[in-house]
Formats: sequence, C-alpha cells, structure tokens
Amino acid sequence: MSWTFVLALAACAYGLKLLGAVIIGQREMPLVVQRCLLLIPAALLAGLIAKDTFTTGQSYAIDARAAGLAVAVLATWRKLPFVVVIVAGVGTTALIRVFV
Amino acid sequence: MHHFRAPDARRFISASLMIGIAFVIFGASFGVLSVSAGASVAQTCAMSLLVFTGASQMSAVSVLASGGTVASAFGGAVLLSGRNAVYGLAMSPVLKEGSFASRLLGAQWVIDETTAIVSAETDPTTRRTAFWISGAILYASWNIGTLLGALVGSSINPSDFGLDAAFPVMFTAMIAPHLRTSAGRKAALFGAVAAVALAPFMPIGLPILVSALGMLFGISPTSPEPSPMTDGAP
Repeated sequence: MSWTFVLALAACAYGLKLLGAVIIGQREMPLVVQRCLLLIPAALLAGLIAKDTFTTGQSYAIDARAAGLAVAVLATWRKLPFVVVIVAGVGTTALIRVFV
Repeated sequence: MHHFRAPDARRFISASLMIGIAFVIFGASFGVLSVSAGASVAQTCAMSLLVFTGASQMSAVSVLASGGTVASAFGGAVLLSGRNAVYGLAMSPVLKEGSFASRLLGAQWVIDETTAIVSAETDPTTRRTAFWISGAILYASWNIGTLLGALVGSSINPSDFGLDAAFPVMFTAMIAPHLRTSAGRKAALFGAVAAVALAPFMPIGLPILVSALGMLFGISPTSPEPSPMTDGAP
C-alpha cells in the first residue's frame, strides 16, 4: 500500500463528509440520491463477503472460510456481541485448518 | 464549542463508551488485517486517523489483500464513504453553531454512530453535547484499537490464525443493520451475486464496483426514508 493511496482516500472520504456537513448543509440533496448512497454499504459489503469467502483470485473456492462465514452469520443472526461474532467466525476457520 | 450540561454529558459518555468497546475491537481487527496486507503500522494508523470510515478502510485492505488493482480498491472505498455525505446533511445544523475551525474538525466525526446518537435528541444544545462527546470518544476508540491491532499484526502470520476469514466475518457483522429494509436486502443479494458471478471474467476487485450498482434499488420510491445505521465501526 502506498502513501499516495492512503492520502488520496483520506482526501476523498473527508471531502464527502465536508460536502454534506459544510458545503451542501441544509440546502437540498435529492431524496433519491440520499436513498441510493445509503444502499451502497448493503450492496458493496455483500459483494465483499461473497468475494472474500468464495473466491481466491479469479477462481472459485469453498474452504474453511465458508465454515467461518456460516458461524459468523449464525452469531450475527442470534444478535451475539461483535467480539463473539469475530472470535467464533475466525476461530472456526483456524480450527478447521488445524484439524482437517 | 460550548458548555455541556452535566447530566446530558454523563449520559452520552456512557452511551459512547458502550459503542467505543465495539470500535476498539473492530479497529484492532482492521489494524491486524491492514498490516498483514502489507501496509506499515504508520500507514494503518494514518488511515484510521484521516479516513475514519471503517467500512471503506476494510474494503480497501480486503481488495488489495486479494490481489485487486489499486483503482478498484480505491473506487470501492470511496463509494462506501458516500453515505457520510448524507449523514453530514443531518449533522450540519449541529455544526453550524461553532466556529469554522470546529466545523472542519466536526465534519471528520460525521459517521453512522454519531449521526444515530445525535438524531435521537431534539434539543439543539443537547444535540451539540451529544455530537462532540460521542465524536471524541468514538474517534479515540477507533484509533486506539487500530494502533493495538497494527502492533500485534506485525508480529504474527495471519493465515495461522484463520485471519483471512476475518474479512467476511467482519463484513457480516457490519452489514446486519443494512439488511433491515427490503431495499437493503435486494441491494445485498444483487451485490453478492454480481461479485461471485463476475469473478472469473474481470480483474480482481472490479466485480465489487459492479456490486455497488445494487444502490440503484434506492431509485424505487417505495424504499424508506434515509436513517443512520449503527454497525460497530465508523
């Protein structure tokens, strides 16, 4: 990772915060734009989950990560604390690697 | 800046500390993963200090760690931070009371959680107290967690601990509040299918940007009014 990447991302992320909080402020931003921006995390995080679980590079793979994800989904669905979700999900993957 | 009313201040300090615990855990996980993906401890801490948007930071590191292009890592991270512009609209009356310098600082603290805490209040003075206290505590928590994780991460081999599974696990915990609406669930389904189906045919990282098109479900006027989602990370 380069410093250029870190600083450019920082500039864009801060710029978007400034755009809403200071520049646009209480003037109008179309409601449809607001709805779309707020849906990005659902769409993109789901994409990242799928990519990180079922692909390695450009090929498909079903391995210990899928079991870790299944446990994490279950723990999240049961509304367990964040630390339990992380430890259970990551721990499942680690244990399968050790014993399988 | 202004004087805080003590009972309000105590209430917001304890509420923020509760969320702060989750921030330290998520921040530490980010720190470990960022360092294992090849970033230095200084770069990792700089991201949390300057970007201060957990999902964006995690997304960037995840795409780079799996061998994705810099452009797609950057694009995904910027898209994920777009929601803070919407939260900023809601926070602008709170920031408007202060000096220009305090508005510039306050803008950096506009995230899901500060917006949620402030939005629960109606009195303008109480809202300002809520914003500055929660902003300071959550900013500190995220950065302390990141530093701890980055220091630990530079001394271990991540795949020994199943840490490559930590990305999907963390994203799972973060996505949960975004699935409460049917538009959110449709967007997520579209995003997941696009990312998997396109993986063999596109450079690594690019399918994620196609996933983001799931946001277009927001065009439908039946989707609910915008409201902040607290997910345990900035």
